[in-house]
Amino acid sequence: MDSTASLTQRLRKAERRGQMRAYALIAPLFIFVLLSFLLPLGTVLFNSLYDPVVPQGLPRTAQALAQWNGPRDQIPPEPVYAALAQDLKEAVQAQSHGAIANRLNIEESGLRTIFMRAARRVSAQEEGPWAPFFEAADPAWAQPGIWGTIRNLASPTHSLFYLSALDSKRNQDGSVGPQPEDQRIHVTIYLRTLGVAFTVTLMCILLGFPLAYLLAHLRDKTANLLLILVLLPFWTSLLVRTTAWMVMLQKEGVLNSFLQFLHVISEPLNLVHNRFGVVVAMTHILLPFMVLPMYSVMRQIPVSYVRAARSLGAGPFTAFIRVYLPQCIPGLGAGALLVFILALGYYITPALLGGSTDQMISYFVADNMGRSLNWGLASALAAILLGAVLLLYAVYDRLVGANNLKLG
Amino acid sequence: MFKRINSSALAVVGAAAIAVLPSISAAQQSLTVASWGGAYTNSQVEAYHKPYTAKTGTKITSVDWGGTLGEISAQVKSGNVKWDVVDLEAAEALKGCEEGLLEKIDASKLPPGADGVPAAKDFIPGMILPCAIGVIVYSNVVAFDKAKYGANGPKVLEDFFNVAKFPGKRGLKKDPSVTLEWALLADGVAVGDVYKVLGTPAGVDRAFKKLDTIKSSIVWWTAGAQPPQLLASGEVVMTHTWHGRIVDANVKEKKDFALVWDGQVQIPDLYAIIKGTKNLEAAQDFVRFASSSQPLADQAKYIPYAPTRNSSLALIPASNPNRAYLPNAGHPGRSMSTNSQFWMENGDDLNKKFSAWLAK
Repeated sequence: MDSTASLTQRLRKAERRGQMRAYALIAPLFIFVLLSFLLPLGTVLFNSLYDPVVPQGLPRTAQALAQWNGPRDQIPPEPVYAALAQDLKEAVQAQSHGAIANRLNIEESGLRTIFMRAARRVSAQEEGPWAPFFEAADPAWAQPGIWGTIRNLASPTHSLFYLSALDSKRNQDGSVGPQPEDQRIHVTIYLRTLGVAFTVTLMCILLGFPLAYLLAHLRDKTANLLLILVLLPFWTSLLVRTTAWMVMLQKEGVLNSFLQFLHVISEPLNLVHNRFGVVVAMTHILLPFMVLPMYSVMRQIPVSYVRAARSLGAGPFTAFIRVYLPQCIPGLGAGALLVFILALGYYITPALLGGSTDQMISYFVADNMGRSLNWGLASALAAILLGAVLLLYAVYDRLVGANNLKLG
Repeated sequence: MFKRINSSALAVVGAAAIAVLPSISAAQQSLTVASWGGAYTNSQVEAYHKPYTAKTGTKITSVDWGGTLGEISAQVKSGNVKWDVVDLEAAEALKGCEEGLLEKIDASKLPPGADGVPAAKDFIPGMILPCAIGVIVYSNVVAFDKAKYGANGPKVLEDFFNVAKFPGKRGLKKDPSVTLEWALLADGVAVGDVYKVLGTPAGVDRAFKKLDTIKSSIVWWTAGAQPPQLLASGEVVMTHTWHGRIVDANVKEKKDFALVWDGQVQIPDLYAIIKGTKNLEAAQDFVRFASSSQPLADQAKYIPYAPTRNSSLALIPASNPNRAYLPNAGHPGRSMSTNSQFWMENGDDLNKKFSAWLAK
């Protein structure tokens, strides 16, 4: 009895030790994933929801507005103006008024000037009444509109960036509506991004399938040699391959000169700075991601299956469709999913080879990060793209089954 | 690429040296200056960095950047400031100052001109900002390949917008600044009225309508090194360019590119110090040195950009071939200066509209 208990205990101890060792072994990987993947991803999601510029810059105003809580079509009473004056004085002192003005302006064009006008004058005045002071600085302060914008921004967490990423906005009266016509671009860009990724995936399947088939059915020696030809561009830098396509496709580039030399064309064709150039280069760059999983799956398909189908009377076409193709699905699915998801995030290739109407969503993420300093919107755009990828994966899992994926 | 590897390797070696030899680190200061790359950075290395290192022993590392405040904002917000001094345009300098990304600059400490005139009077107007000091003025002009057109090339800005007379693609910087000004100038707006018109919604619409007429013929560029390449490869028949790049290509690569000075838009580049740099004093000292009379005048040896001090202009010898290419050397046609204040106030709105217009 006693010895059984101690044996169980010892067994458990040994088991625990083994477990600890296993944890210790994966700890570096875990820390790496945490630091390089989960943390940045978390920051992006956080940035897309958390926006403290206005509540931190104008704390009293936010509080006074919440206390008043009047209807959106009325201007607030004097205490709110007084709170704003106090906040503004401190903001000017701390030099944070510019950042607040820019944040307001992102929501509503023109607010920057109105806000800065008041900020420039506020230090010169000691005492209220503040409502007439603000109205003298700019008549917009006596309208309910600007107060609506401040109220929309008064909470540090909100969905304004997501609304903006989907071409909507919260109006000054608190309702949600579409952006002005001339600023509605993101939905178009998302659709374009999906369209380009879809075209590239289709091209990769059309080109990659015969190639993988050929590789899988050649003698090993020849297949290995050809495989290196597939892998060689795979090992070259993305930027190099993109610029190489530029050299190939440009007006006085290799392809145009060759076609002109053969008198096939008299005027050089526009092959670059348009959708054609983007799709060609992206297909070339992503092709290995399609070929490799398909190749590894096709190699494992026994030749005897198709032979059996033929000997049982199936025509070559039926044997291919009914017997061979279904067995390729895991590789085809993995390749297509890989290419599609990678293509969604392309930035440098469309930037260099595309025209202004070929830019994909990543370009707008970069533009909002770098130029407009609107990191919240950039984060929301990225988060929506991530959501789309996850959704796609879920749909794939439903239709084909993720267990069926074969990456090589 | 190799330069970058070298400089980062240098930085690693430098950091190791500082860690090992703390006693020397005080004397061996180093600064990192971010600028626009190519011929322009090279002119700054020759005229500012080398003489400064010779004078003080402070090592200076050059890095390239794209001129967008996001890159500075990322450093300041993360508390990991890697650059000390940046070369930027006035609208960014004003906005960066407002957003608290740049250090204030004490203009009273700027040295007087070589002729003794105090700095405040020596600098041409608009070059001393709260957080930045102007170093050069460059010009945005149209360039074309003389080998293609001979004597029948474009002569006025209107030709850039005339696809019937000059068929073919045109290069333009992917930026509303200059693009919108040119659209209005070519649409008949007088130089003095451009910003008044652009300040109204109707004026903005008018500019975009004018751009619509050539939209399908535009190849958009983003880096200053692209225009000479686009011209050389025949991808475009004419292009918007920073004038110094074209002069540089003509000299170094024996090209025969010509400039249309009509409609030139002059823009200053300024030096600013990033907020929170660990080398604040050295950075301030370097900016004061670089923006003094002699280095500014020396820079014109390497690139035909105009110095921002009157006293420097006098120091450029008549024998310098670049003198003829300075933006203010009396070129024919209309000439205007960018309104930085306008762009700081309206830049975000116009950029939003521009992005949406581009994507349609």
